Amino acid sequence: MTDNALPLRVATQREVATKPRVKRHRTKWLSTAIGILLLCIMLFPVYWMINISLQPAGPAIEAAWFPIHAQLNGYVQAFHDQAGNLVTSLLIALGSVVISLVIATPAAYALAQFKVKGVGIVLFGILISQMIPGIVVANALYAAYNDLHLLNSIPGLILADSTAGIPFAILIMRAFMLNIPTSIIEAAKVDGAGNFRAFRSIVLPISFNALITAGLFTFLFTWSDFLFALTLTTTQNVQPITLGIYQYIGTFTADWSTVMAAAVMASIPAIVLLLAAQKFIAAGATGGAVK
Amino acid sequence: MFLVPAAVYLILFFGYPVVKNIIMSFQAYTTTTFYTGVAPWVGIQNYVHVITSQIFGTALLNTALFTIGSIVAQFVLGLAFALFFRRNFPLSGLLRSLLLLPWLLPLIVSSAVWKWILDQDSGVLNQFLHGFGLGSVPWLTSTSVALITVIGVNVWIGIPFNTTILYGGLQDIPPELYEAASLDGATGWKAFTNVTWPLLRPVVSVTLVLGVVYTIKVLDIILGLTNGGPANSTQTIATQSYELSFKQFDFGQGAALSNILIVISALFAIVYLRLNRKAVDD
Repeated sequence: MTDNALPLRVATQREVATKPRVKRHRTKWLSTAIGILLLCIMLFPVYWMINISLQPAGPAIEAAWFPIHAQLNGYVQAFHDQAGNLVTSLLIALGSVVISLVIATPAAYALAQFKVKGVGIVLFGILISQMIPGIVVANALYAAYNDLHLLNSIPGLILADSTAGIPFAILIMRAFMLNIPTSIIEAAKVDGAGNFRAFRSIVLPISFNALITAGLFTFLFTWSDFLFALTLTTTQNVQPITLGIYQYIGTFTADWSTVMAAAVMASIPAIVLLLAAQKFIAAGATGGAVK
Repeated sequence: MFLVPAAVYLILFFGYPVVKNIIMSFQAYTTTTFYTGVAPWVGIQNYVHVITSQIFGTALLNTALFTIGSIVAQFVLGLAFALFFRRNFPLSGLLRSLLLLPWLLPLIVSSAVWKWILDQDSGVLNQFLHGFGLGSVPWLTSTSVALITVIGVNVWIGIPFNTTILYGGLQDIPPELYEAASLDGATGWKAFTNVTWPLLRPVVSVTLVLGVVYTIKVLDIILGLTNGGPANSTQTIATQSYELSFKQFDFGQGAALSNILIVISALFAIVYLRLNRKAVDD
């Protein structure tokens, strides 16, 4: 017993020294546990969507908590119904990305680097545009599209859907381009490059990550659009996936595994963006050619 | 030169619709107009119709409740999440980015999933409540519960956005200030009221103004979950405007109602920003 006395005291001393760190360490992992729990609650609907999409279709009153008897029947049926709509959504989203970047990139550059009149007005206009409800735009466009024969057309939806992408793309790319040092653009101009040349060979390559970020978000906004799909189409010829899902849930359905399978398919871009954009958002924030 | 395409687009797809909407709101603009090309001028008749209709009061009240309820809950929970994630525990970065998922999903997908979760007979939420011996709640089919349910779903969608913006604001507060405050004995709640809140105020304003401006015009979630029902109990000005234009094909009245929505939204933004500037100046 007495032999142990000395080491015991040393141990107590060490314990005094390390206790706060151990404690802090423990509270940190406790926070992680709480964080995971909160996230499980927040993401439960997403889990439930996937779970139901894998359940066999049928008159089950109580759905199983886990997809033990996983089946792909829901996906087969959803793909059969919605494949065309998925293609439509993809075409509209890609078209909107192209249009948005073509229109927004030069504007973002001008708003970030030129000291011309009108910059303030355009920026103010963009901010105000965020306040205009989509239903106002849809209301007026329906009449205009009717005259221009743009109802039920992919170009019509691309242009209308870009109302979400273009202002966002301008703002995010402008924020990035504000950080491009004027000196490297000036240097290019000294070497004889015009404004357009400097834009194409200096600004565009440097801003690549900002363009990717803007493009990804534009894709997602357009892919998710429901209001314009609902109001600017009157037939089933042009029907994005969001409208397909709305029609699924509008009519009484007992076959929820198919509805959820379609919902999962419509969620794929969001999940991909969440994994991919992480990198691009970080890169966009830290990018810059001249230190 | 570089600005021209963007300016043209903004004029065509934001400027033109607003002007056109104002003109339409003074016209008898219906399906007949599309055949005859004639939309007779009716003065303020559309506005009178819309405001005196029985549903206007309900829609206005629902819009207010939906907006205020959503914003308050989203903001408080978003701030709590942001403060929690600031602790920088292991995996906090990963968890924070996964939290964005509800915000990134198409709204109609969220509506579909929640509609099934909340289904009275077979939904998992009631199934869960049964496990505790509780009865079924008619989440989306009762006139007294549906609005609260719809607000709840909208809060779920809005939390990630609020968390992200507020977390960014918290990161910009210099840690030295907390050290200085703790020397003066201000920790915990005191540090929050004396350091965090005053410095976070500008970000709070942006979050709230954007929140109101986006929430007041929400359409997808309500149409997906309840279509404005049961018995108009979740009908807002935005959904009613859609109803008038695209279900009843009375574009004049739809335009009048959506113009009222713009005015409310603009008034709110102006008043709020004024008050806030005054508070900061003082």
